[in-house]
Amino acid sequence: MLLPIIGSVAVGFIPKTKEVLTKQVALATTVVVAVATIAMAVNFQRDNVDLQFVEKYSWIPTFGINFAVGIDGLALVLILMSTILAPIVVLAGWNEAHGGRWSVKTFYILILVLETMMIGVFAATDVFLFYVIFEAMLIPVYFLIGGYGTGERSAAAVKFLIYSLFGGLLMLASIIALYVLSGAQGGHTFDLQALSQLEMSSTTQNFLFLGFFIAFAIKAPLWPLHTWLPDAAASATPGTSVLLLGVLDKVGTFGMIRYCLTLFPEASKTFTPLIMVLAVISIVYGAILAIGQRDLKRLIAFTSISHFGFITMGIFAMTSQGHSGATLYMFNHGFSTAALFIVGGWMIARRGSSTIADFGGLQRVTPVMAWSFFLAGMSSLALPGLSSFVSEFLVLVGTFTRYPVHAVIATFGIVLAALYILIPVQKALHGPTTPGNEGLSDLNLREKVAIAPVIAIIIALGFYPAPLLNVINPASAHVIAQMGFTDPAPTNGDK
Amino acid sequence: MEFSAPVLNYTLLSPMLIVLGGAIIGVLVEAFMSKALRPITQLSVTLGSLVLALVQVWKIRNEQSTTAAMGSVVMDGPAVLMQASILIISLISVLLIADTEHFTALAAALPGSEEERHALQTGNQVTEVYPLTLFAVAGMMLFPISSDLITLFVALEVLSLPLYLMAGLSRRRRLASQESALKYFLLGAFSSAFFLFGAAFLYGYSASITFTGIRDAVVGGGGNDVFLLIGIAFLSVGLLFKVGAVPFHAWSPDVYQGAPTPVTAFMAAATKVAAFGAMLRIYYTAFANAQWSWTPMLTIIAIITMVFGSLVAIAQRDVKRMLAYSSIAHAGFLLTGVIALNKAGLEASLFYLFAYGVTTVGAFAIVTLVRDSAGEVTDLNRWKGLGKRSPWVATAFAGFLLSFAGIPLTSGFIGKFSIFSAAYESGARSVVIAGVLSSAIAAFFYIRVIVLMFFTDPVEDGTSVEIPSSLTSITVIFSLIITIALGVFPAPVLNFISNLATFIR
Repeated sequence: MLLPIIGSVAVGFIPKTKEVLTKQVALATTVVVAVATIAMAVNFQRDNVDLQFVEKYSWIPTFGINFAVGIDGLALVLILMSTILAPIVVLAGWNEAHGGRWSVKTFYILILVLETMMIGVFAATDVFLFYVIFEAMLIPVYFLIGGYGTGERSAAAVKFLIYSLFGGLLMLASIIALYVLSGAQGGHTFDLQALSQLEMSSTTQNFLFLGFFIAFAIKAPLWPLHTWLPDAAASATPGTSVLLLGVLDKVGTFGMIRYCLTLFPEASKTFTPLIMVLAVISIVYGAILAIGQRDLKRLIAFTSISHFGFITMGIFAMTSQGHSGATLYMFNHGFSTAALFIVGGWMIARRGSSTIADFGGLQRVTPVMAWSFFLAGMSSLALPGLSSFVSEFLVLVGTFTRYPVHAVIATFGIVLAALYILIPVQKALHGPTTPGNEGLSDLNLREKVAIAPVIAIIIALGFYPAPLLNVINPASAHVIAQMGFTDPAPTNGDK
Repeated sequence: MEFSAPVLNYTLLSPMLIVLGGAIIGVLVEAFMSKALRPITQLSVTLGSLVLALVQVWKIRNEQSTTAAMGSVVMDGPAVLMQASILIISLISVLLIADTEHFTALAAALPGSEEERHALQTGNQVTEVYPLTLFAVAGMMLFPISSDLITLFVALEVLSLPLYLMAGLSRRRRLASQESALKYFLLGAFSSAFFLFGAAFLYGYSASITFTGIRDAVVGGGGNDVFLLIGIAFLSVGLLFKVGAVPFHAWSPDVYQGAPTPVTAFMAAATKVAAFGAMLRIYYTAFANAQWSWTPMLTIIAIITMVFGSLVAIAQRDVKRMLAYSSIAHAGFLLTGVIALNKAGLEASLFYLFAYGVTTVGAFAIVTLVRDSAGEVTDLNRWKGLGKRSPWVATAFAGFLLSFAGIPLTSGFIGKFSIFSAAYESGARSVVIAGVLSSAIAAFFYIRVIVLMFFTDPVEDGTSVEIPSSLTSITVIFSLIITIALGVFPAPVLNFISNLATFIR
């Protein structure tokens, strides 16, 4: 499993001047990594809830730190998503790097380094290692936004970095506390499983939980810690946005499951009511603001805030359906957002404007592009038959069994989603062709190849999500069982 | 009355003796050598004696002795580590000092006078900075191994006096440089007076000037605690002045800015090692059992220092002043290691000191490279777009800044992590929380500089980056390698420190 990681970094540094060659090498690397991951997924034992493909090397023995990786169903799904998205991003954004401050080569080195870290952050089973990658990941993203983005790119990059660093440092404080506690209870360690056995007073647990949770809530982003996201997403190149929203933000929700719930089960229960409220606010707030956006990229960013609200709600509903739904949601959101950003990026690049009002009648001029955008939008609003529907349904059902009120309010989010997607779809794709759009060209072969797998996945998983759910369900059930929850029995509404 | 000849263990003292010998040779070279040969000879003598001393330190690394010089110095593991850190940091600083461009041709001449101009025109560059450096290094090496108050005071003066002079040697803006030297000297003299005052009270308390004697008096009890408290307080003032902790920090921004940059690098890095080395020894041995009396004081000072340094650094527009305030903040972080008062705290502090010292020298080395026709450019606004014009220099500087900010995979992160976890372990949670928060504040201004270098367009005003001389390049590359290596694979160094870091009494 480490092979593609090393390979991607090594290859990234070889090419020097040839831009096309650089791109080809980058693409080849990401494809190889994706294939390797899929091979790994095939070999994954679905019913085994223990960590698999475990590798462990001593890193800093003085502090009991290991380079330890291993994956369970949850990590597998997210790694799969990351590695499939990476080649698509490279292919879709073939010309993205040219407007940047630095060379094309630097862009692809950053992308490859980022991909390495994305795999690492999901696979890490050593809390220290996780933290290191969690923080180190900021640096390539920071340069990707600040160096290759548009508009107020450096300001957006700084905002992103400061928010994330602040959260990261809070988490560091918690990690230090965990480390010291583990020293007092039988030897310093950062091993996730050993740490989850620690005994803590409930006050300690609450504080440490908050340290982790705030870091993840900034990353995820949960209202009211979301304000960096629209700026960052609007300024980044479409490819970077896909990686940022599609993968990096998943680290937040992933972390909530992997670290908050596993390490601090009691505190998680204590804070659940608060978090559920925040999640519902995120859903509605993100959706309402999305409706008000005039800028296409900001719109997609706000829809994501709404979607992350759903994911968080699913996680903290503490039912196995909610959990499975949230995990599947993470995967699906990666692809539907990727589709939106990629196609949106093409539209913006062709039109030279990201204002929704500037588009119009694209359906007639560029049918393939318009259909792709339409499908992506439909997936984002969870149309039955497309992948997001399954996950959103699971989350709502899972939440309803325990928190019916929250689930009902969240359902309004779906209605709003129809608005925020259909309005731009109507404005941009239908109606008369507005001046300036007549000469736009449709997707070329490269772009079709890039978007095809995304749409294929969206549709395929909409009809047949079983392969993924089979991987996710045991892992979710395991987490819920560890937390000491049982799924509430179905009631007939008289509860 | 019988006099016995003092018994000295020359092997254990040899590192310091080598450095002092080199310094004296340097004085002779300065006096008798022709001016053409002088710079190269001085440089070789200085580097030679530093390397020899380092080799000697390596040889005696497993020796433990309290009687090397009639009980007034202790050679133990921490002593070896501190001396080695000081020597390594001095070595890379001397490579910067070798660039005579920074130093006035004739320090004795008045600024702007005819003599000065003449000396500059005829190339009659004096090179007294080398022996001065060596004297300071010798003082620094003695400071953390002293085991009585008198030796400690002598070492303090031996290390300080050359530094006062060196701060005034700048070629450009000589008046500012001399002003900073005077400021440093006056405030330093005050702090020395405080130090002596404290030493006198401690003698009054324990009837002993040795650390062991003070410790025994503390353990035995029965002394007058008022004397102990006053003694510790005043002695701490002297030490905290040297490390630049708030509220005794006022000199450091001015001196950092006024002094020639290579001297600033040397002073900022090596003095910190020496002063913290001495602090660690005193607090861990002499005052360890009087913990109740000084922990609250140091806790408050550490918190104020961290927060103040980080906050004020945000407002700085000059890169040297910014680094000065950042070093104040780091002094606060290091104080948490003293407060921890456990073995982990000692190890963490030693690691932090070395890592921070090397990074600091590297950062100042970069500062020496950014110049226009009138010398160095330290105004941050004119650093804009540096990443475009000289990507490698900017990247190296960014690396140092990230290490200061404590981003993972740099030495700064490992240092911060280990020192905070040691402090947390000892129960000093408030300090850890303050430390983490001020790290977040500090990250802001480090990152602002990175933004300036990489994300803003250059201004056309003749600011250029000097092609680094081979000596400066060695310093930068060495510092960068150490900074990253200690961040990625710190295990060997941590193990080495952990094996040696036990104070003997």
